[in-house]
Amino acid sequence: MRHLIEPEDLTLEEISDLVDIGLDMYENPRVYNKACDGKILASLFFEPSTRTKFSFDSAMMRLGGNVIGFADANTSSAQKGESLADTIRVMGYYSDIIVMRHPKEGAPKLASQYSSVPIINGGDGGHQHPTQTLTDLITIKKYKGHIDGHSVAFCGDLKYGRTVHSLIKTLARFGNKKFYLISPEELKLPSSLKRQLIEKYDVELIEVNYMEDVIDVVDIFYMTRIQKERFFNEEDYLKLKNSYKLTKDKLKNAKEDMIVMHPLPRVNEIAYDVDTDKRAVYFEQTELGVYVRMALITKLLEVGPYVRG
Amino acid sequence: MLEVNGIENGIVIDHMHAGNGLKVFNKLFADTENPVVLLMNVKSGVLGQKDIIKIENTFEVNLDLLGLIDPNITVNVIQNGKLVDKKKVEIPKVIKGGIACSNPRCITHTDDYAIPEFKLVGVNGRLKYECSYCEEITTYKL
Repeated sequence: MRHLIEPEDLTLEEISDLVDIGLDMYENPRVYNKACDGKILASLFFEPSTRTKFSFDSAMMRLGGNVIGFADANTSSAQKGESLADTIRVMGYYSDIIVMRHPKEGAPKLASQYSSVPIINGGDGGHQHPTQTLTDLITIKKYKGHIDGHSVAFCGDLKYGRTVHSLIKTLARFGNKKFYLISPEELKLPSSLKRQLIEKYDVELIEVNYMEDVIDVVDIFYMTRIQKERFFNEEDYLKLKNSYKLTKDKLKNAKEDMIVMHPLPRVNEIAYDVDTDKRAVYFEQTELGVYVRMALITKLLEVGPYVRG
Repeated sequence: MLEVNGIENGIVIDHMHAGNGLKVFNKLFADTENPVVLLMNVKSGVLGQKDIIKIENTFEVNLDLLGLIDPNITVNVIQNGKLVDKKKVEIPKVIKGGIACSNPRCITHTDDYAIPEFKLVGVNGRLKYECSYCEEITTYKL
């Protein structure tokens, strides 16, 4: 039995395979609409989520399976003080696979130690969010044709954004060598991660102050939200917030085939007038996330394209 | 010269750097009901001064925690007044329980099932341990 707790649980071959099968599911959904017939996904969200929860629910339903679960820990026995291990043991009798989001870091790993069914980490605090990484990779594959060999800019909150940490590491594993980092001083990529990327994957990390400095040379522009509460004072936030806002005007020097990605939700870091630009793929990214999650569910359940024998 | 009798059955924790004896006592034996002697600032050929703990009727001791506090420690096991075993502690490569994860958001702080396990990832004056649950690094000063 396999779990997905962090991207490193999957080999590069397995990730590539999931992305390809996900794209096939996107192109030919009918082929797979009975793959999870009779199977039940337990969707246990101890912390609120919109996209991840509904994306998994939709994925399971599109595979012909059923979904049970909760979207708020207050409606579960956790509220009565039940331990996570006990909740997971019980849910293993009611379902064939579990996706969970939990505010405590490491909770999905704990769950996997007590579970009789596969566990998928749907986000644990600021730690890991592996299916967002799969979502990002399927988007890159669809719009850029391949996952490796791109120069990628990450912009916004690079310190706390688990999405960025996970993706940059996985892209480095795939052999991407050049990353541009655009963020305010307070929200730079953690130095431990920088060291790890340079030592382990021999990547080039270029820190710049303005997106205009690099927008004309990158293949992928990955935006993230800067949360107001991360700043020490309101004045700093007001001063910086527009420096990290992507507008149609700033895009004019970008490559024709560059893509703009964002894990969503967006607040004001991408102006609405960018939405109609063909390079903006963040909504399609959300859609593709359903299909790569479908591929993941079939892999962990060993059904459909992953059926044994 | 201060004299303390040997013990009949129990352990002697020896070769602690002066000052570490109290730390070991507080961390490992503060709740014991067995007779304990803590000797501080005893003359030592190798260390100059050292601390020693003798504890009767106790044979189990967390060697990992001792290694964290002072990797120089030796533990002598005494039975019927005779030395029957001598254990040398070392800086533990893996620690299960005993220390807490420095990440306040880690599941190990709120769920009794999650016993923190740490892997040694760096030694440089400070020991760096990575939590198996949240992967955060907890440093421990020797």
